[in-house]
Amino acid sequence: MNRLSWFNTVSLTLGFAFLYIPMVILIIYSFNESKLVTVWAGFSTKWYGELAQNEAFLNAAWVTIRVAVFSSTLATILGTAAAYVLVRGGRFFGRTLFSGMIYAPLVMPEVITGLSLLLLFIGIGLDRGILTIVLAHTTFSMCFVSVVVSSRLVTFDKSLEEAALDLGCSPAQAFRLVTLPIIAPAVISGWLLAFTLSLDDLVIASFTSGPSATTLPIKIFSAVRLGVSPEINALSTIMIAVVTVGVIAASLVTKRAMVRQKQDELAAARTE
Amino acid sequence: MNTTVFAPWEDPQAKPLIQFQNVTKRFGGFTAIDNLSLDIFEKEFFALLGPSGCGKTTMMRMLAGFEKPSDGHIMLGGQDIDPIPPNKRAVNMMFQSYALFPHLSIWENIAFGLRRDNMPKRDLEDRVEEMLRLTRLEQFARRKPHQISGGQRQRVALARSLAKAPKLLLLDEPLGALDKKLRQDTQFELMDIQEKTGTTFVIVTHDQEEAMTVASRVAVMDQGKLMQVATPDRIYENPNSVYVADFIGDVNIIEGRATANGDETYQVDWAEGQSPLTATSSTGFTNGQSCHLAIRPEKVTISADRPADAINAVQGKVHDIAYLGNLSTYHVELANGTIIKAQSANTRRISRRSFTWEDPVWLSWTATAAVLLAN
Repeated sequence: MNRLSWFNTVSLTLGFAFLYIPMVILIIYSFNESKLVTVWAGFSTKWYGELAQNEAFLNAAWVTIRVAVFSSTLATILGTAAAYVLVRGGRFFGRTLFSGMIYAPLVMPEVITGLSLLLLFIGIGLDRGILTIVLAHTTFSMCFVSVVVSSRLVTFDKSLEEAALDLGCSPAQAFRLVTLPIIAPAVISGWLLAFTLSLDDLVIASFTSGPSATTLPIKIFSAVRLGVSPEINALSTIMIAVVTVGVIAASLVTKRAMVRQKQDELAAARTE
Repeated sequence: MNTTVFAPWEDPQAKPLIQFQNVTKRFGGFTAIDNLSLDIFEKEFFALLGPSGCGKTTMMRMLAGFEKPSDGHIMLGGQDIDPIPPNKRAVNMMFQSYALFPHLSIWENIAFGLRRDNMPKRDLEDRVEEMLRLTRLEQFARRKPHQISGGQRQRVALARSLAKAPKLLLLDEPLGALDKKLRQDTQFELMDIQEKTGTTFVIVTHDQEEAMTVASRVAVMDQGKLMQVATPDRIYENPNSVYVADFIGDVNIIEGRATANGDETYQVDWAEGQSPLTATSSTGFTNGQSCHLAIRPEKVTISADRPADAINAVQGKVHDIAYLGNLSTYHVELANGTIIKAQSANTRRISRRSFTWEDPVWLSWTATAAVLLAN
């Protein structure tokens, strides 16, 4: 292991302090005994207990998770299909236009996306609720999925699909048995991306949610406007923990797979 | 001598397995295959040989069904296969990149095509085991493609494409990714397997040595056209054009004008102040017609003095020597600047070599050694 020079140590410390001090403060205050957020009155986990009793928050969390699961799944199916056609469809009429258009929502201000969706839902007389949030989230997250999946498809060896056809697969079978299993990591990370985008979306959800369904970010945002409560800190800490565990698990799995692949290839080269 | 030579292409009764009938393939404005007709017979090991971009891969992809001819038809066993999609053809292909499915084991890779046919479990297992034995891969059956070496991957690709017992196996540059030594061993393995299974093989390659080694017949292609289709020895000894002579092996080309000099014998005037060369040719030349004399370096004899009975002899000095170990190629510069290559086997140790740089030498060859070509 190399020892860092003092300059590198300082810049590393400063950078990470900048990133993580706000979160650390939030986590510390979630264990505060006092009801006043800014006054420390000893360690306690009582706010986590209170949180478990809070119907409104639990409902919102449940809505959020359902919305995230449905919208990210839908976005993954649509985004993968779009990526497949754009990468593999050859030079069909309007291809450049379509591939440009699929990326446009990435740079579109969320307020505009939310507003236009709201106008659409009012226009067709769709009551705002879970369904409308799911549709809205699918709309904006499918282009993220399609970006992730198409970048994988571009490097995908086309002869693998041809080999599947050659060995007797119909085009649909070739996709299901060969293409999909091979691009699965990209599809899964597309799904995860869509899932987290949906989890923390506030702007679009606030346009498209109705009184019957409120997502967690909306709930937190409106609660904070009435004053920050230690309960919110506790809730946020739980969310941070969930995300951290997820990220660490994902990177460990990827790293282990990479190490094993490398070892296998070395072993294979030796048997030559 | 009672052994029958395998040569269905010389039998007018033989029915070809594959027929290209005036096939043209265009990609936009580019013509990849230009009005080409070709017959390939059952049990042949047929090589399509040519530089990159000559259309050989397009021919193969049309046979596999990944491309459709723009004009003309391709027949397989008497049936027009143009409307049949790749998954319905009794044709399998071994891809240049091998295209092994990385998420499946070697065993599952080989079983992949059989599963699509809903083969009964017992038969399927037997067939996969048979293929593993044929390609000597039994001990690797449970591994994934990235867990085996390049040569083993090549054998898996072969086993997978042979598993369905296709009428026709297509091999796209099958040995391109292997190093030279392994490639030579694998060539003989391929021939062996082709003989054992009795499958018709069509191989695409840009490596002329490989084509000559494995194939029963070779088609030399250039710019979407067939230049010559013949057995390897005929391609080498009797090329029909300067292009083929030059593409296959090493050759000296001497331009000149032919004058008839007896039956099937011609005199070639090729340079001012040089005595004419004599060559035989079964194709006729009119007097004064321009021609090319093609002669292989190994058919040119190099000597210090003019051989007394030589029909063709020219004098020059050694310009360069390429020492290849078993052979040496002498580049001899003639008085008019022409360079002629002569090859001789190094039957003696190099210290005893008779010629060195700048030595005056004589080159000689017989009347039948050279081929006279019109273009």
